[in-house]
Amino acid sequence: MKLSINGETVDAVAAPGQSLRTFLRDRAHFEVKKGCDTGDCGACSVLLDGVPVHSCLYPAGRAEGAAVTTVAGLGRDGDLSPLQQRFVDAAGFQCGFCTPGMIVTASTLDADELDALPRMLSGNLCRCTGYRAIEDAVRGTHRRVGEPREPDPATSRAAAARACGRVGTSHPAPASTRIVSGQEPYTLDIAVPGLLHLAVLASPHAHARITRIDTRAAAALPGVHAVLTHVDSPATLYSSARHESRLDDPDDSLVLDDVVRFRGQRVAAVVADTVAIAEQACALIAVDYDELPAVFDPRAALAPGAALVHGDKDAATSRLADPRRNLVAEMHGEHGDLAAGLAEATTVVTGTWQTQRVAHVQLETHATIGWIEDGRLVLRTATQVPFLVHKEICRIFALEPAKVRVFAARVGGGFGGKQEILTEDIVTLAVLTTGRPVQYEFTRTDEMTISPVRHPFEVTVTLGATQDGRLTALGLEVLSDTGAYGNHGPGVMYHGCSESVSLYAVPHKRVDARCVYTNNPPSGAFRGYGLGQVIFGIESALDELARRLGISPFDLRRLNSIGPTDPLVVTEVEGADLIIGSYGLDQCLDLAEAALTRGNGVEAPAGPQWRVGAGMASAMIATMPPRGHFSQASIRLDPAGTYTLGIGTVEFGNGTTTVHAQIAATALNTTADRVHIRQSDTDVADYDTGAYGSAGITVAGKAVLAAATALIEQLQLTAAARTGLPAESWTPEPTGLRSGSVFLPLTELAGATGLEAKGAEDGAVRSLAFNVHAFRVAVDTQTGEVRILQSIQAADAGVVMNPEQCRGQIEGGVAQAIGTSLYEEIVLDGAGTVTTRVLRSYHVPQLADVPVTEIYFASTTDSLGPYGAKSMSESTYNPVAPALANAVRDAIGVRPFELPMSRDRIWRLLQL
Amino acid sequence: MDLNTVASITPARSRDDLRLLGPGVAPLAGGSELFASPRPELVGLVDLLSLGWPALVISDDGLEIAATCTLAALSRLPAVPGWTAQPLFLECCGALFGSFKIWNVATVGGNLCTSLPAGPMTALAVALDAELLVWRRDGQDEVLPASEFVTGNMTNVLEPGDVLRSIHLPLAALRARTAYRKIALSPLGRSGAVLVGRLDPDGGFLLAVTGATVRPELLRYPSLPTAAELRADLDAIGSWFTDPHGAADWRRAVSAVLGEEIRTELEDRSVA
Repeated sequence: MKLSINGETVDAVAAPGQSLRTFLRDRAHFEVKKGCDTGDCGACSVLLDGVPVHSCLYPAGRAEGAAVTTVAGLGRDGDLSPLQQRFVDAAGFQCGFCTPGMIVTASTLDADELDALPRMLSGNLCRCTGYRAIEDAVRGTHRRVGEPREPDPATSRAAAARACGRVGTSHPAPASTRIVSGQEPYTLDIAVPGLLHLAVLASPHAHARITRIDTRAAAALPGVHAVLTHVDSPATLYSSARHESRLDDPDDSLVLDDVVRFRGQRVAAVVADTVAIAEQACALIAVDYDELPAVFDPRAALAPGAALVHGDKDAATSRLADPRRNLVAEMHGEHGDLAAGLAEATTVVTGTWQTQRVAHVQLETHATIGWIEDGRLVLRTATQVPFLVHKEICRIFALEPAKVRVFAARVGGGFGGKQEILTEDIVTLAVLTTGRPVQYEFTRTDEMTISPVRHPFEVTVTLGATQDGRLTALGLEVLSDTGAYGNHGPGVMYHGCSESVSLYAVPHKRVDARCVYTNNPPSGAFRGYGLGQVIFGIESALDELARRLGISPFDLRRLNSIGPTDPLVVTEVEGADLIIGSYGLDQCLDLAEAALTRGNGVEAPAGPQWRVGAGMASAMIATMPPRGHFSQASIRLDPAGTYTLGIGTVEFGNGTTTVHAQIAATALNTTADRVHIRQSDTDVADYDTGAYGSAGITVAGKAVLAAATALIEQLQLTAAARTGLPAESWTPEPTGLRSGSVFLPLTELAGATGLEAKGAEDGAVRSLAFNVHAFRVAVDTQTGEVRILQSIQAADAGVVMNPEQCRGQIEGGVAQAIGTSLYEEIVLDGAGTVTTRVLRSYHVPQLADVPVTEIYFASTTDSLGPYGAKSMSESTYNPVAPALANAVRDAIGVRPFELPMSRDRIWRLLQL
Repeated sequence: MDLNTVASITPARSRDDLRLLGPGVAPLAGGSELFASPRPELVGLVDLLSLGWPALVISDDGLEIAATCTLAALSRLPAVPGWTAQPLFLECCGALFGSFKIWNVATVGGNLCTSLPAGPMTALAVALDAELLVWRRDGQDEVLPASEFVTGNMTNVLEPGDVLRSIHLPLAALRARTAYRKIALSPLGRSGAVLVGRLDPDGGFLLAVTGATVRPELLRYPSLPTAAELRADLDAIGSWFTDPHGAADWRRAVSAVLGEEIRTELEDRSVA
């Protein structure tokens, strides 16, 4: 068939059942993204003769004779359309994976349709931004944080600093223009000659032993290159979870196992010329199973006689608390005497809260392409932790580290979901078996059924206080369902019970937490890493206590939160590795309360069925993971007089790369556009633990600052040696070093080979960041609808490195948390089968669902972070659910104990 | 998504070409439903769009909507004088969870034939007493009321090889007054309940309950019922169901709220 794509005539054959999306991507139009494959997310939107369609649902053959326009047809880097430029200016993206479809769709809207923007963009999901920036970009209403509408001299100075890209300015992401034109390559946006595809046969059983597996028919199918089963699997146990210390997670997984422990677990894999052949071959594999008893309830899993999920494992070898009781990890500790604390109390509050399974729904699914190059294994993969993947793949397959390269292109969102080995292991096995390049891409249904979800927690909180509002006792019990594998199970449990508890100065505390196996799909790392679940319970209980005592919830926090010099106590006093590098909680409480008191003029809908209420909650989080997080940056002055920064960490919408460019530009007194960044590749950068635990600025950024500082010293010494002028007399300028009237160009200093310096950070000491969220809501008592009238977040991010980006991080965290609070739930049938298998059955917030959040920054300077900065990515998510629950409680007089607070649940609360 | 097992798409040029339909061979209209799920059972598709059915035909006795008419075309039909029920077209399109980009390809017939409880074209058809023309596989034509078409959650009266040809909206219904309500678990989410009320010029009243029940439920009255009568009849409905888009008890409760809002709205308008 003939058609035109962005004005270019194409004559090609489409396969009968092929979607237009695949047809376009097969012709290297990688700007057309695959997000959901079901017409729900909009990442694949294109214009057909000017009419926007979801190309994943459009039969390719039907495009015959049509003019197809992708985002690249709207404008290219250097020649952007006004709409694309507005997305750059407004920072209307973070990971950028949704951006091509968003821009294509928005490009068709006329003035009337702009008035109905929430409806017109209902088919375009963004998981990162929270939509405010997108709406500003589409409407052209963007104003930078704190920037007045009229220019004044101060603004001009600010604009000049921004143009240089110094820290503290809203420098745009270096990839901006490529992202809005669809030219930034993500994991699978590469044409690999001879690429084979991998498909997986999934277990139909929640717990079974494979007794026979016959692959002959599958292997005989033309186009099949390999059929892999447990017989082919390395025998090395590992965990899909990746941490700096591999000992953090239990070794309980195999690439392919002869026992399957959850529905959907991989049983076998086929490598074939096409996905179609691989899928066809999977259906030809004959498997006999011996079904085993299964357990789906975490409490039942702990009961004597329960089916054992990993009863075959050795506790010491796999690092499990007690595999004979399904117990992965447990924590029991007491500071003071809880019973005595409760006895001192005049008011005691207790309750049990339950959180649900949440899917990350990063728009780019998990995917890996692997190949052999110069005798080495190369993995191009959607990961937050390329260096940790490298280490573990080498371990599992007994490969020499030098023989393996792992790298990530720009990653389309993570939220913790890509701190796992989910595709790299099986791709490695496939590449090593066939010697050919192999691709494995998760479907959206894979993301919702086999990719780890947020751990569901049952959280019981008991608080005691005296009449004046002083807490005397804090008791916490946690039961976490880690599912069939223990990846992140211990860490999420421990972290969940840490800053949530140590935020409060209480003389008597006790924590009892358990993390258990079930035959449910695995849980894993999710933004907040357990804290959000426990904070939901503790902050709800505090709200109840404030209510009983007749004290404002803000004042109750002021009375009981730790001060800037208080010790940090969970069940023991924290070590010296955790400090309060700056303390802005008091400011956050004041800012949020003042905004709530001030109001925003939005009134509840008319009608007697509406009830109005307000609520708030606090959250604290360490600025990086505990027990070491390492990063080594290098900065080279190139012979051309520009800089190349090498850093191992990953960009997946976190904005880290932007801030690294700003840090380097500031330290080197140059402009950010003179800093070229090479990253997230074990071949081009030194070791970096990875992009998790909010470490992008506080660890990797600090390494960048150290490297830049070291390079300046080297340059000064070089200049001194050349001229005899003292080293300290030389100051860097964008194109050279100056000492008084003497100027040495960088090109001269660099010489023929350039100059390089390195810097490192070990994460040995951590600081703490604070967030306070407040809501005013209206609740419809007839239908259970919760309408957010005002949303406020006050954040202590230390010195804000990039106000626009930081605002976006907070807005995005709030949006994701509103999804968790009101809408999202991965539902199981009670027997291990996920029933919410497509995005239509799992409501990710749309533009229509997310109010604009007022954002306030505390003014503090962290003693630890680079330029006084703290982390601000996970923390923004954590206080939202309890703040919303507390507001709902205030409105309707009944407290929600369960997430999500869906309309049917709220309605049911009102029937009691 | 790619339907990898589909080996051929045959453009239908005449009714004879529909004989290819049967096990493993499905009709293709807009494709927005067909291409949204894996269909490993399919080996072929027969394209209905090539039959060239006129999308919308206005006649003295009402409106004939081709099964292949897109939601976009239906929503944009210019207002026809005297058709007081016409705003319902746009309202029901708005109840589709799919975006306006889906309206550009999704068809009225495809939505009916998918027979989801939340199918908004089902709501439109049953509320306006549509008559559906089905081309049976054996060559027979059959006309049946829309209320009998959907039999359950994603089931209907079609047998393999049958094709829904058109949806006829009778003039009498188009001249009625209608009121529409939709609720979901989120502002623009997949419908938990879609209710349409219709007050005919002769005073007759109909309430169509869809989305909340596994198949459409119709309550008919010779004149506007009292609040209590309507509530009692809604309470007597037994087909409320639970899925990720709402629990059965909530669907029942909010349907009562929306039904009463509709009754009140039409009562006010009949007085006016």
